[in-house]
Amino acid sequence: MAAVSDRELSEFAADADAWFAENNPRDPGFMLPLTFMEVGTDEQFDFLRAWQRKVYEAGYLGAAWPSEYGGGGLPQAFQDAATAAMRKHKCPIMLNAIGINWTGPLLLDMGTEEDRHKYIKGILSAEDIWCQGFSEPENGSDLGNAQLKAVREGDEYVLNGSKIWTTQGNYAKYMILLARTNPDAPNKYAGLSFFLAPMNIPGVETRPIRKLTGEFGFTQTFFTDARIPASCLMGEEGQGWLVAMRTLEYERGARAGQAGGYIMTEFDAFQIVDLARRATRAGAPAIEDPVLRDRLVDFVIEAQGLKLCKQRGAIAPLNQERPMGLALSNKVMWTEFIRRLNEFAMTLTGAAGGYYAGDANAVDEGLWARGYLNAFSATIGGGTSEVQRNIVGEHVLGLPKK
Amino acid sequence: MENLGTIGFSEEQADLMEAATRFCREKSPMDKVRSLMETESGFDESVWDEIAGLGWLGVAIPEDYGGVGLSLAEVAPLAEAMGRSMMAGPFLATTLASQAILSAGTEDQKKELLPKIVEGEVASLALTEASGDWRLDRIDARAERDGDNLVLSGVKRFVSDARAARWVVVSVVHNGKPALALLSGAHLTDENCRREKIIDETKRTYELTLDGMRIPATALLDQDKTPAALVHIDLAANLLASAEMAGAAAACIDYTIDYLQTRKQFGRTIGSFQALKHPTVNAYTAYEQARSHLYAAAHSFGDQGAGEIATRMAKVETLKALTFAADRSIQFHGGFGFTWDCHAQLYRRRAAFHASQFGDEAWHKKRLAELLF
Repeated sequence: MAAVSDRELSEFAADADAWFAENNPRDPGFMLPLTFMEVGTDEQFDFLRAWQRKVYEAGYLGAAWPSEYGGGGLPQAFQDAATAAMRKHKCPIMLNAIGINWTGPLLLDMGTEEDRHKYIKGILSAEDIWCQGFSEPENGSDLGNAQLKAVREGDEYVLNGSKIWTTQGNYAKYMILLARTNPDAPNKYAGLSFFLAPMNIPGVETRPIRKLTGEFGFTQTFFTDARIPASCLMGEEGQGWLVAMRTLEYERGARAGQAGGYIMTEFDAFQIVDLARRATRAGAPAIEDPVLRDRLVDFVIEAQGLKLCKQRGAIAPLNQERPMGLALSNKVMWTEFIRRLNEFAMTLTGAAGGYYAGDANAVDEGLWARGYLNAFSATIGGGTSEVQRNIVGEHVLGLPKK
Repeated sequence: MENLGTIGFSEEQADLMEAATRFCREKSPMDKVRSLMETESGFDESVWDEIAGLGWLGVAIPEDYGGVGLSLAEVAPLAEAMGRSMMAGPFLATTLASQAILSAGTEDQKKELLPKIVEGEVASLALTEASGDWRLDRIDARAERDGDNLVLSGVKRFVSDARAARWVVVSVVHNGKPALALLSGAHLTDENCRREKIIDETKRTYELTLDGMRIPATALLDQDKTPAALVHIDLAANLLASAEMAGAAAACIDYTIDYLQTRKQFGRTIGSFQALKHPTVNAYTAYEQARSHLYAAAHSFGDQGAGEIATRMAKVETLKALTFAADRSIQFHGGFGFTWDCHAQLYRRRAAFHASQFGDEAWHKKRLAELLF
């Protein structure tokens, strides 16, 4: 990577700022998803796919990924500047989350040269949508027990079984898939393998799942004698657990290398402060109510604490004793916070809290109630908060598993 | 409100943290903490001399007055390390008194006193009164002029380490306005100092009766600078209390984990039970967040606006973190947790003491609401 000056970086940042100011898409006339897990209609999907492509082509996504595969070849600070500009102008989310945040970094980290050439560019341009096949109907939190079968036959693997909670499963071209290649392995983990599997093949069927919000965004995916080339195997047979764990580190933000942008609309605790100014209690702004003020302060402090933890993660002398502590705690801290924040915001609006998204009288288009219900996707998906606490307890604090 | 403080860490802070962690671990193991609790002074004078020798009393004092010329940001890791080892002694009191003199003292007072304090003369503050009001400018004690002297009246509470102090900075009302005055050790006697029984038995505080005490009028600090000095003392006290509590929370969590890793019941190591494991994780993540607030407060301490916000947030969060960690530590130690010998109670008492001094959670959050909204 070529050395670059501060001036080049500040020019890049200024250009990015101007570009997002100019190109941030106007109101599409329908509700946009707040997160990548809420893409429930074709118009939402098409809109976000076009947006990601436009951002990538302008050089503001994957700016720090190697240029030989389709990235920008710049230092991370450039992508960070572009992401900051997106955030500042409150631009829509990046659509191809599993691609840019999980699969892409995983391929750059552990993938073959051939796979990187084949997949990276399509991930960034949103030409190739990726989904994740980890959870199964009978194996959610207990991911290591995944049972979908992959049987080697000549140059192919034959897949049979089912995956669930496949985000954007109905749009995806590829799936990162955890499957069981050896049911007789000495332990459940050793029988697993990891595949970069095509979705548009005979024997793969997706069925949308209706969420607690009434909307869509996930599918259940069924594999019936679906045949994929043996070259789809990532790493060796039996290494699936290792690769899946690395993937989860990217997913949970415990490891850096993502393409940039954001895949969930980020909450600023001051949004609920603003809401409390608009809401009323007994004829006065809700923000003047001493009980509500006290709770608002709690949320502002907690939001600030999480932001500071992110900053502190990069300061080595302040992470000496438990170097992975902040990284492994990140997911449970953030997702639980966002859920509680939305829940509180929903109650702030008084009687209007009884409206749901879609009613003309709903405050902020019913964003808070819908956000609260959707927030469970993050406290449950990607390892429930309870599993996260086991991970922190066992791997950070050294508490016994059994 | 955009700037709520940012985090940063200097090489000096890192060096001091490393040195202090090693020093405190060696000089203040828990059996030592326990034995000092039983003594009258409550601390080990030879360790105090070593602390002075290391230059730690002068970290935030300018070089012109014999100090190192850094700031309270560099004192924070020292207080954190001491909190972690529950090290007893007048370090916080002396540091805060020297900050008071630095903020409001006349040039002569600073030149005379600060070098002595840096070299190890114990100093303290007498601010709190019967009202218990955390607003430091709400003062009932009086200083009335009598020729070249001032005659004091009133009673101060929670004067840390008063019997060891060579200097005590006392807040009074003089000519209708808040003032700070210097008492020398000679003014403090067995008659006017009563040792208080306080919830944190590793600390020493005294009730100080000022009635009839005569001090020279030159013992008054610069009254024009006093209002700003009181604000500074308040925030500095909360910053250092936060540091002490962050350290104590880390120690308390380690102490709990150690028990959960070894104690067996129902044929299982009890740390494997999620009913104990998950709250311990919650204590840990609360501690990590609180520690981030602490080092943001330390880093932003001198910034107008952000310094106060970050410091009050740090106090709230370290107080909550230590309170929760220690409360659960008592509970998770079971029957042993209910005994005098279990250290968990010491951590819980430490949190209760800091909640009582310079503002509790509700107090700081009320002020934060005013600053933020």
